Amino acid sequence: MSRGKVSRRDFLRGAGALAAAGTLPISMVELTFGADKDKESVSFAYISDSHIQHIEKSKFVRNWDRGLIRAVAEANLLQPKPDFVMFGGDLAQLGTKEELDHGAEMLAKLNGDLHCVMGEHDYYLDLGEYWSELFGPHYYSWNQKGVHFVVLNSILTYDEWTFDRWDSGVRRMAEMAGLDNPNGSPFMVGEKQRKWLANDLKGLDPKTPVVVFSHSPIQKIFKNWNFWTEDAEQVQALLKPFDAASVIYGHVHQIQYNQIDNISFNSVMATAWPWPYPRSYVQAESHMPKLTVPMNRADPFHERDATGWQWINVDSGRVSMSYSLSNNTDRVVAWNPKTGRPEDKVFQDKAGRIAPQTHY
Amino acid sequence: MNRKYTLIAVLAAAMVVVGGLQINRADEFTEKDVQHWQDEYMSVVKVGRDLWTSPELGTNGVACAQCHPNAANTHPETYPKFQQQLGRVIALREMINWCIQQPLEGKPLALDDPRMVAMEAYVHWERRGVALAPGKH
Repeated sequence: MSRGKVSRRDFLRGAGALAAAGTLPISMVELTFGADKDKESVSFAYISDSHIQHIEKSKFVRNWDRGLIRAVAEANLLQPKPDFVMFGGDLAQLGTKEELDHGAEMLAKLNGDLHCVMGEHDYYLDLGEYWSELFGPHYYSWNQKGVHFVVLNSILTYDEWTFDRWDSGVRRMAEMAGLDNPNGSPFMVGEKQRKWLANDLKGLDPKTPVVVFSHSPIQKIFKNWNFWTEDAEQVQALLKPFDAASVIYGHVHQIQYNQIDNISFNSVMATAWPWPYPRSYVQAESHMPKLTVPMNRADPFHERDATGWQWINVDSGRVSMSYSLSNNTDRVVAWNPKTGRPEDKVFQDKAGRIAPQTHY
Repeated sequence: MNRKYTLIAVLAAAMVVVGGLQINRADEFTEKDVQHWQDEYMSVVKVGRDLWTSPELGTNGVACAQCHPNAANTHPETYPKFQQQLGRVIALREMINWCIQQPLEGKPLALDDPRMVAMEAYVHWERRGVALAPGKH
């Protein structure tokens, strides 16, 4: 499978410490189970959830800075060059100008075109105003190599919560920033954007692969931590007419994947810190997709463990994720045409799983 | 004999004063007492939750809850246990101190600091109902 690649990447890590990394390519190998070699594929690097956190003056939390710096440096080594680079949201921790500027400065070192997704930590201070100055519109779409790509702002919520409940943007941001804060509010795409999406997809050939980038999962996994999109079913319904639709989302800081009818779901890792799987909070009900083989439990003594970034290949309309994990063995989750769902290349079979994948 | 009874009476009176509640014998308490003791505990849990979600224990603005929402992935039921990264058996509060010092870049608390007790109370409260599994990795 991908063992050869893994050892090469491990070598790269050792070499990286010797500052030789800048000259060593990371090969994007064929990842799919049965890729149609005649069809053109699209590839991109995906970095997400960096949570750049301002302390004071020119000081930022070193740990989170290092995660993003490393991901950017590694993504720049991809060979062949990816078609573009995505940033999946939560660039900032509290949405401030200082944090967004500092994050944008680090992202500016990326080679190639950058597309960005809005995260709640970027949004709730000023409703995404400054983020927009740096990165453009909150939702948009484009076509590339036969694939229709859509970016949604999926972290909106009820108008009353956003506009009427808090006396300041700072307070509103602080309330939404706490993942487990009972004063928070469920994420949603909202009616206005769903209308835009319906219009955007209108007239598109159902054979066109559609890939949606969102910050929240566009499915309902765990309400307590907003691993959740309130109008997920309504957005899914808009994707129903297509033979192959995929949703790639951030926010959850962990490996997740799922298949609902024709729609594949894949999550991306955070560069900042990992989050526990919902099942490890026993006081609230959760619905983790059964398909997901969890990432290894994080070892806090390795600062970058259970963080990382990924490169993604869309081949024959299907998504393959290659997780580049800083302190852990890389993983590949790819579409399996035989079973019609995304599967881990090594661990999908229960017999092959390892003890660190058991979360409790 | 008389002196002994007097002593018991004095002790009983002292307990009433300390407890601040109705006159009880040592092994007698009411639903109201139980509620009061639970409320006392929950007030400390609240202090713990406030500390868990605030940056005040560190120096860099990071809070425990950033990585551990609802104190998840702290596994209080497994402590004391052999913390393989440290090479010895430790109590949960030593791990809390490790996190205060590393990701929060703060100063460790005394192990009997009321703030430490409060955070432990909070962590255990979020994990209530889970069977004890001392030593489990």
